[in-house]
Amino acid sequence: MLNIFKKTVFAIVAFALMSGVTFAGSSIVIKGSTTVLPIAQGTLEAFMKKNTDVQISLSGGGSGEGMKALIDKTADIATSSREIKKEEVELAKAKGVSPVAHVVANDAIVPVVHPKNKVKNLTIDQLSQIYQGKITNWKEVGGDDLKIVVISRDSSSGTFESWDHFVMKKAKVAPQAQMLASSGAVVTAVAKNRYAIAYVGIGYLNKSLRPLQVNGVTASAKTALSKEYPLSRELYMYTDGEATGDTAKYVAFVKSAEGQKIVVKEGFVPLMDVKKAGKSKK
Amino acid sequence: MTRQAKEIIIKYIFFVFSLVSVVVLGLIVFSLFREGLPVFGKVSLKDFIFGMEWYPTYDPPSFGIFPLIVGSFIVTLIAILIAVPLGVLTAIYISEIAPQNIKAILKSVIELLAGLPSVVLGFFGMVIVAPWLQETFDLPTGLNIINASVILAIMAIPTISSISEDALYAVPQEFKEASYALGATKYETIARVILPAALSGISTAVMLGMARAIGETMVVLMVAGGAAAIPESLFDSVRPMPASIAAEMGETPFRSLHYQALFAIGIVLFCLTLTFNLIADYVSHKFRQVGSGTL
Repeated sequence: MLNIFKKTVFAIVAFALMSGVTFAGSSIVIKGSTTVLPIAQGTLEAFMKKNTDVQISLSGGGSGEGMKALIDKTADIATSSREIKKEEVELAKAKGVSPVAHVVANDAIVPVVHPKNKVKNLTIDQLSQIYQGKITNWKEVGGDDLKIVVISRDSSSGTFESWDHFVMKKAKVAPQAQMLASSGAVVTAVAKNRYAIAYVGIGYLNKSLRPLQVNGVTASAKTALSKEYPLSRELYMYTDGEATGDTAKYVAFVKSAEGQKIVVKEGFVPLMDVKKAGKSKK
Repeated sequence: MTRQAKEIIIKYIFFVFSLVSVVVLGLIVFSLFREGLPVFGKVSLKDFIFGMEWYPTYDPPSFGIFPLIVGSFIVTLIAILIAVPLGVLTAIYISEIAPQNIKAILKSVIELLAGLPSVVLGFFGMVIVAPWLQETFDLPTGLNIINASVILAIMAIPTISSISEDALYAVPQEFKEASYALGATKYETIARVILPAALSGISTAVMLGMARAIGETMVVLMVAGGAAAIPESLFDSVRPMPASIAAEMGETPFRSLHYQALFAIGIVLFCLTLTFNLIADYVSHKFRQVGSGTL
């Protein structure tokens, strides 16, 4: 009798604990990189359709903003288009948070020009010279006699950091370069400007822009995955410690074949060779 | 409870409510300075204000905001040059010339303009004005000083015109009647009697319009182009201060030097708008009409 009583109490306590856990887990807060936003959006919609008891809220703000939220414990998952920075790790440690990285997709950064531009291919060195303001006319790289309008992302965006890492290699972008605040703004600016050069994540390519080859390699899911395309990077989701509960389930879903199909659909490069992955364009 | 006690209680309740906004402002200013001032331990005030290079994320970083200040000022100045004549003339038309029904329509349209979200205007500037400017003048880019100034002017017009209109409205009827009685025409009355009488109010309107333009963020973020260099022509891109803060704050590590530098830009902006407001206040007191023309 006592045994049964004990068991009942145990069950109730366990239930309460679990429901507490599910309650905490059943609403997941995701915040961070605008680059990863379409992936998070697509996967969480599919995930919530299958797990109707889980509520996921998603917001952008940038990789740094996401890390801030993770460190302040106001987000369960921080999405990021870059690896966590040293300062952020230190700050996290001080607050008792231990960020763990999960690679959820690959992204390729593609230099783009107006469709009327004749230039088809640039080397990394040429790209660097253009962004440093040392090459200022398209005719120097085989195009028409037009001034080059250099368009960059803001120096704090994850995409900029990857560009800096792959192309600039710590050289400074000329101050005359336009610094636009979002990838969407970059696409609009280049689509309407035949003088312009810019760079975007592969997910942002569309018919209004023409992607350039880099060192003779065309950016695609295949070349990015094989690392043949030189400007490819990993996209992350960070959790506090190893993910638990529904957060873990969600991260696992993103990495699963089903989640990776969404990654492909959103125009990014999947972690593995998803069958019939198809083209990387939207 | 006696009536006096009730009165006292009510008085204090109102006092507390009015205190809320003061306290909130105080806390905002406090946190602005607390987050921003530490940067001056690493960068001297002179290098910060007059430094020519803004490379906050490089190693070593440089935090010179002079190009950003120049960007803010030039965009604001041109916006005001466009907005003041338009705003003031609109106000004169509405308060002195327009018939009643047109007046009602104009007033509500201008109020509507004031209510337009800045992101909508920014989008308009980016998608419509920029390509048009670029094609018409064969420019390398349409995201430039002129574009930003025009859009900012559109935003400043409602502020300038409605405050100016209040000032014109406050000019006493006797002044106009006296002017007409002396045989002045309508134009002479407006130009020589009404405008001078309302000048302090109009100046206040201009200063507040400037404060509005220099602090506006979304528009300059979207259409100014964002190049942190001193512009050489009116068709160059600039990066005004609010645009820098808005664009970079999202991605900067919490309490890093860059983060503090962005708050320090906030301090500079705060001081500028405060100056504009103080000037507006001073002007409206100094040149105030006395007697029956008092606002």
